[in-house]
Amino acid sequence: MSDTTHHIVPYRTYALILLLLLVLTSTSVAVTQIELTRWATIVALLLASTKSAIVLAIFMHLKFDQTVYKVMAIFVVLVITAVIILTFLDYGFR
Amino acid sequence: MSESIAHHDEHRDDEASKLGIWLFIFTELLFFGGLFITYAVYRHAHPQAFHMAAQQLDVAVGTINTVILLISSMTIAMATTSIQKKDKRTTLILIGITLVLALVFLVNKYFEWSAKIDHGIWPGSPLLEELGKGDTLFFGLYFFMTGLHALHIIIGMILIIVIFVRVRKDKISFDNFQLLENGGLYWHLVDLIWIFLFPLFYLIT
Repeated sequence: MSDTTHHIVPYRTYALILLLLLVLTSTSVAVTQIELTRWATIVALLLASTKSAIVLAIFMHLKFDQTVYKVMAIFVVLVITAVIILTFLDYGFR
Repeated sequence: MSESIAHHDEHRDDEASKLGIWLFIFTELLFFGGLFITYAVYRHAHPQAFHMAAQQLDVAVGTINTVILLISSMTIAMATTSIQKKDKRTTLILIGITLVLALVFLVNKYFEWSAKIDHGIWPGSPLLEELGKGDTLFFGLYFFMTGLHALHIIIGMILIIVIFVRVRKDKISFDNFQLLENGGLYWHLVDLIWIFLFPLFYLIT
């Protein structure tokens, strides 16, 4: 199996990803500074989720790794999401 | 492919090693996930106090530290490229930059915490007791979560120093760099946690 061969990611890819992450960071700072009240929270968290997905996929090589790592990562994210939903179903309807 | 270059006298399983660090990363994500849920519940219970308290954190310092961590993530990721290109010098420079950035992050954190403590805000301080439950919870979580994150930075720095020395001594090389990759994965985890700490404590008010 050629699965064990390492994919060498070019420097350029990492530099472009950093640029993208910095753009997303400044967007979330800008959005929260101009007081969009409720929406600011949602937008900031969506941007944070997007940033972490990019870090996981490129910096942490999930995109180039074997499927098993992706499956495990998605499972963990689903577990945390499920606990958040359950917790707020509890607190929201007390 | 890498199998054919492996030395006969050593026992190595890079794939298992990587699986191990990923399993550790998952436990860490669940650990911090629990803390984020705690934060969300208390924010839900004390919206006004959390709103006022969050405004006291310095967005500029938070943003600078975010940028520092993102750049350091890129440099350590680039080090896994340079080691595979057999470029030891660049690898050492990139790991060195990562270390310096980690240190700058901690220095910023030190000044940030000092400023809070100078204003009478620390876990269990008389001022917080006066301000009430919501502020106590916000700053309790702030000190605990950013402190725990800073502890991860310190552990990461020790790990990266070990990796630096090993690259220097050629113990980590183009056909044996799993420790560098694992160290990088841990460092990205530290970055990942900060990506959520930053909006939750500094941005959302």
